[in-house]
Amino acid sequence: MSRRKTERLLSLVVCLLSSQRYLTATQIRAAVPGYPESFEAFKRMFERDKEELRELGIPLEMGTNGALEEEPGYRIPRQAYVLPDIRLEPDEAAVLALAARVWQRAELAGAAAGALLKLRAAGVEAEETRQPGIEPRLQTGEAAFGRLWEAVRDRRPVTFRYRAAGRSQAERRELEPWGVVNRRGRWYVAGHDRARQAVRVFRLSRIEGRAEFSGPPGSVKVPDGADVREVVRAWDDWTPTRQSALLRVRAGAGLGIRRRATRQEPGPDGWDLVEVPFAEVGWFSEHLASFGPDVVVREPADLRDAVITRLKGALT
Amino acid sequence: MTAGGPTSSERLQRLLALVPYVISRRVVGLAETAAAFRVNERELVDDLNLLWCVELRNPDPYCPIDLSYEGGEIVISQAEQMDRPLRLGVDEASALLVALRMLAEIGESGSVPGLADSSALSRAIAKLEAAAGEAAAPSAQVAVQVDQQAERNVLAKLRDALDSGRRVHLSYYVPGRDEATERDVDPMRLLVVEGHTYLEGWCHRAEAVRIFRLDRVLDIETLPVAAEVPQQAEPVDVDQGLFRPAPGDLRVALELSPRGRWVTEYYPCERVQDLGDGRLRVTLRTPDGGWVRRLALGLGEDGRLIEPAELADAVRADAAAALAHYAVPADPRGPKG
Repeated sequence: MSRRKTERLLSLVVCLLSSQRYLTATQIRAAVPGYPESFEAFKRMFERDKEELRELGIPLEMGTNGALEEEPGYRIPRQAYVLPDIRLEPDEAAVLALAARVWQRAELAGAAAGALLKLRAAGVEAEETRQPGIEPRLQTGEAAFGRLWEAVRDRRPVTFRYRAAGRSQAERRELEPWGVVNRRGRWYVAGHDRARQAVRVFRLSRIEGRAEFSGPPGSVKVPDGADVREVVRAWDDWTPTRQSALLRVRAGAGLGIRRRATRQEPGPDGWDLVEVPFAEVGWFSEHLASFGPDVVVREPADLRDAVITRLKGALT
Repeated sequence: MTAGGPTSSERLQRLLALVPYVISRRVVGLAETAAAFRVNERELVDDLNLLWCVELRNPDPYCPIDLSYEGGEIVISQAEQMDRPLRLGVDEASALLVALRMLAEIGESGSVPGLADSSALSRAIAKLEAAAGEAAAPSAQVAVQVDQQAERNVLAKLRDALDSGRRVHLSYYVPGRDEATERDVDPMRLLVVEGHTYLEGWCHRAEAVRIFRLDRVLDIETLPVAAEVPQQAEPVDVDQGLFRPAPGDLRVALELSPRGRWVTEYYPCERVQDLGDGRLRVTLRTPDGGWVRRLALGLGEDGRLIEPAELADAVRADAAAALAHYAVPADPRGPKG
């Protein structure tokens, strides 16, 4: 039965593409085989068929052929339908083939493959001639990605439950999304937070449950010149390393710390004095605590206390 | 493809592309076409038959498409208005453009290995934007940032080694053992996955394919030796995941406080259980007990190692030994509170 529907849809496309004039539903019914006898049944089927064509991105136009014609008709204007001429050099085609693989198992993988197929259908030979030296991949493991991409694409506001870092409860948030950014392998969405009336960035992995649309397409206005990459970068960026830690590190150990050291002095007692720049007590104390008994913090005091707290926490 | 075969929509997409595919090549083989469309030859022949049978009434019935696939070669002699493919949809244009721009960013500090001329990327992007028209616009709202600043020197040397087919010597940091290991490696590929860049290569020390995270390469030297990746070297199947659980792996169970939840975002957890109030119990697998000890020590009270019991004991012993250096009494109070 699927085959019959496919045949009918195909005939419909050919019919509407070939016609210079708008064709009324009645004319279409006469020209395209496969529609039922009953006019009501035909209308319903035709409505669904039109919707399917639109969902495929086929530009179905409605109009009348002249001022005198009452009944609207349909056609597919060729210049709106066709992929414009595209000619690619072999190296350009090769990067296209590589690009199509980037989404391999991610949300937009089907779309990438579909794009490549259309380009091949236009005559592009997108093959790689040799084993590529690089395999880049994008993952969209975050469940919220699909919805948020649609929201960004269609300019729709969304609501979702969000658990900010370290919080014990999730909260409902409403966002006018401007864009999504992948940074260090993780996806973020940036936009205008309606409740807080300010720009906010959310990490997709902290969205719980489904994101829901809270408005129609086109109802979000993205400010001119809004640069989501910059917004996310500023929100996420490591603070510059402004502090310096003085540490005792056991001789022959703590290589992971010594890599970043600005100064190292061997000591007489099997312990070396090591100076390491750092940005933030929170992350750095975690890093140092992980070296266990191979590292002792001398300065600064707040870092020392933070490490001691972590070590005590690891006792239980 | 959905289970049970393609939907009529998916099949229609394929048919709309099939006609121009053949026409643009004049004559094309069944096998080659089936491969390009990811179907088997029988399905392709089904498609061709369907196209050939399409009928319109004008008002007399006629077939707008005329084709043959005699002797395994497809020729389409008549196709009405179907000679060009449908334009790119928004998702299609966006998927390709976002990926191309990601590649361009990778290539920014030097050419992408295997790509002779890095301008191929900017040219491809420009042509695709032109061909996609309006459909390209939303792609500007998706960006992939590839941060290779920290390892750019290593990358530069690796690209040279890959392009000139030479062996490298690596000094590589292994976090679980807090050790540097020395290895001779024949580079195979660069992998950019989950925001990290890796070298995939044949490691002569292990006599096997290994991947090395570039931000753990302490030092790299290109050797005056040609790389000789053996025939049996199987490249990693990136899409199956870079780290697959192995039979010898430890099963680790951790209890995480709300502040420890980030562990689930950074490491693939086999199981995540909600304990309420933002707390989680997770299990994950790893071959590296050293790594688990360090993770648990660093987490402090935000993560409690439950299994394996010997590792949990080792962590407590490490913590007590570390606290002793601060002349702080290591007072295990038992369960917190």
